[in-house]
Amino acid sequence: MNLFKLVWIELWNKKTQLISSLMAIVIGIGVIVGIRTINVYSEKAVAVKLDNLGANILVLPQATSIDDYSTSDIDAPTIPMEYVEKILTSEIKGVDNLSPKLTRRITIGNKKFVLTGIQPKNEIASKPLWQNTGFGKEIQASCAPSTAENKSHGYEDEKLKRKGVDSLDYTECLLGAQVAKALNLKVKDKLKIQDKELTVAKLLVETGTVDDDRIFVNLKAAQEILGIKDQISAIEIMGCCNAISDGLLSKLRNILPDTRITTIGQIVSTQIETNKTMKKTSVIFLIIILFVGSISIGNYMWANVNERRKEIGILRMIGTYKTEIYKILLVKASILGLIGGILGYSLGTIAAYYMGPAFAQIQVSAIPIFLLWSVLISIGISITGSLIPAYFAAKFDAFSNMQEE
Amino acid sequence: MDIINTNNLGKTYLHKDGKVDAIKNITIAVEKGSFVTITGPSGSGKTTLLLTLAGLIRPTSGAFSFLEKELTHVHDCELAQFRRKNVGFIMQSFALIPYLTTIQNVMMPLALNKISKQKQKEIATSVLETVGLENRLNHLPRELSAGQQQRVAIARAMVNSPSLIFADEPTGNLDPMLAVEILDFLKEINEKNKITVIMVTHSPVAAAYGNVKIHLDKGEIKSINEKIIK
Ligand SMILES: Nc1ncnc2c1ncn2[C@@H]1O[C@H](COP(=O)(O)OP(=O)(O)OP(=O)(O)O)[C@@H](O)[C@H]1O
Ligand SMILES: [Mg+2]
Repeated sequence: MNLFKLVWIELWNKKTQLISSLMAIVIGIGVIVGIRTINVYSEKAVAVKLDNLGANILVLPQATSIDDYSTSDIDAPTIPMEYVEKILTSEIKGVDNLSPKLTRRITIGNKKFVLTGIQPKNEIASKPLWQNTGFGKEIQASCAPSTAENKSHGYEDEKLKRKGVDSLDYTECLLGAQVAKALNLKVKDKLKIQDKELTVAKLLVETGTVDDDRIFVNLKAAQEILGIKDQISAIEIMGCCNAISDGLLSKLRNILPDTRITTIGQIVSTQIETNKTMKKTSVIFLIIILFVGSISIGNYMWANVNERRKEIGILRMIGTYKTEIYKILLVKASILGLIGGILGYSLGTIAAYYMGPAFAQIQVSAIPIFLLWSVLISIGISITGSLIPAYFAAKFDAFSNMQEE
Repeated sequence: MDIINTNNLGKTYLHKDGKVDAIKNITIAVEKGSFVTITGPSGSGKTTLLLTLAGLIRPTSGAFSFLEKELTHVHDCELAQFRRKNVGFIMQSFALIPYLTTIQNVMMPLALNKISKQKQKEIATSVLETVGLENRLNHLPRELSAGQQQRVAIARAMVNSPSLIFADEPTGNLDPMLAVEILDFLKEINEKNKITVIMVTHSPVAAAYGNVKIHLDKGEIKSINEKIIK
């Protein structure tokens, strides 16, 4: 025997009470972990979306919605190629980069992909981060980072790495990670889309977005394959932040009246809004759980203390120090906290895994660092909730109870 | 040599309905190896006296000492130390920890004295043999009869070879046959192991086992060995 074993035997004997008292903590932490997990992945998704747009202004056909834009249906509206020229030949300042795109869903075999025609040089220049799936900085980066900033973010190296894309040929294609997997293709393999044979020039790193299902080809080739000559589905523009605030958008609208011109900010703002709400919700939950959890654990420990005044009396009778009684109660609280944290984390992660796709349209996986936080918070709550009862347990005169039996 | 000395020991409980002088002016000297019985009407302060001598409740007046060591004003820790080293308890309600098995209950005092696991097992097993419970080692208290539970409590009281055993109506919850068995056993460890026993009891049969018989009334010593004090 030792005191630790005593605690252990006791907890084991009180499994059911223990679990019910942990419910509040488990559910609370579960909710926080769930929200935060979805939150993190959702933020990532926003960042990745921004990355993949690689631009901060979109010129779209009047009738297009933003979702159509990323995965255009067969009959999605288009705009003429000459609009690119229109912008270039105008006197509008602050347009760093133009990138016309043509996007359509296609079927190869019986698998569905997205075919995107791009103008390689432009595309690359205004698309800084294929590989980066981090989040936060990119939101600012989309606002035309200066060359120096680019360098510090390592963009230059990225560009070097993607030299191949620079020269995406009429007969070449780039494959998203899922495409390569689904069609079992490697670099230099041949891919036939309708009658056109293309050589795989590069496989793209998995991003977790629709880009993984994309086949990138030269814009001309795309127009040919899809039979939509001289038409594009969007022009992505990298505009300088200053220029945008100086009314770049309305200037563009003036020369392209029958288009829909919008900023990335508008596109992702709903998602950013959702993320903000989720963050707020999780903070609120954190506060609630701190209260409810402490009270619930405190209640258990308190009931525990009352229920077992006699046992504490016995321990004191056979010569257990008050400090040892405190230790027993605190070790108990820590074990409860540890269990609560682990269960809560598991619950939240599992919930996020199943609810992420349903509510936020994103794939979610476990975030291990949250386990540490869950356990720390849970132990914190549990110990806080135990302190007062522990104080009384070790303090009160247990022996007046010994005789009342 | 005296194992316990008290000088005008008193305990006044502060209750919201008023003060209760549970014991007062208790002056006794208990010789080592004696078998002391404390009798008296209900509410006369027997349990209070016992718990005070054990350092479980603090006296409000007077002083007491163990082997001439003053214990009246020492720190709580020291009292706990005194109990874990020198004292065993046997209570009317057995006072066993309900979720611990027989052997685990008996090992507790040894655990507090930081005896190694191996030794704990050895000592506890052999003590449980002497009380005839060698085949109930892994039973929980609720899986034992009342007499068996009290024998576990006795084993626990003896296991750290105390110099003093306090017993508060140890046979109060047992039928007369079992009571005699337990009392005989207490007498035996008192005589063989030279353990001083201080036992509170209602029953004249139990009281007869003592060689020092203290009778309390209204918190004061009425007689010692039938000799009227007051
Ligand atoms: N914790 C307490 N607070 C206030 N008064 C108490 C407390 N414990 C005991 N008393 C009072 O002190 C007096 C002595 O109590 P004690 O338990 O010592 O009596 P006793 O002789 O052991 O009685 P019994 O034979 O019924 O066990 C009683 O009047 C009782 O009401
Ligand atoms: Mg009593």
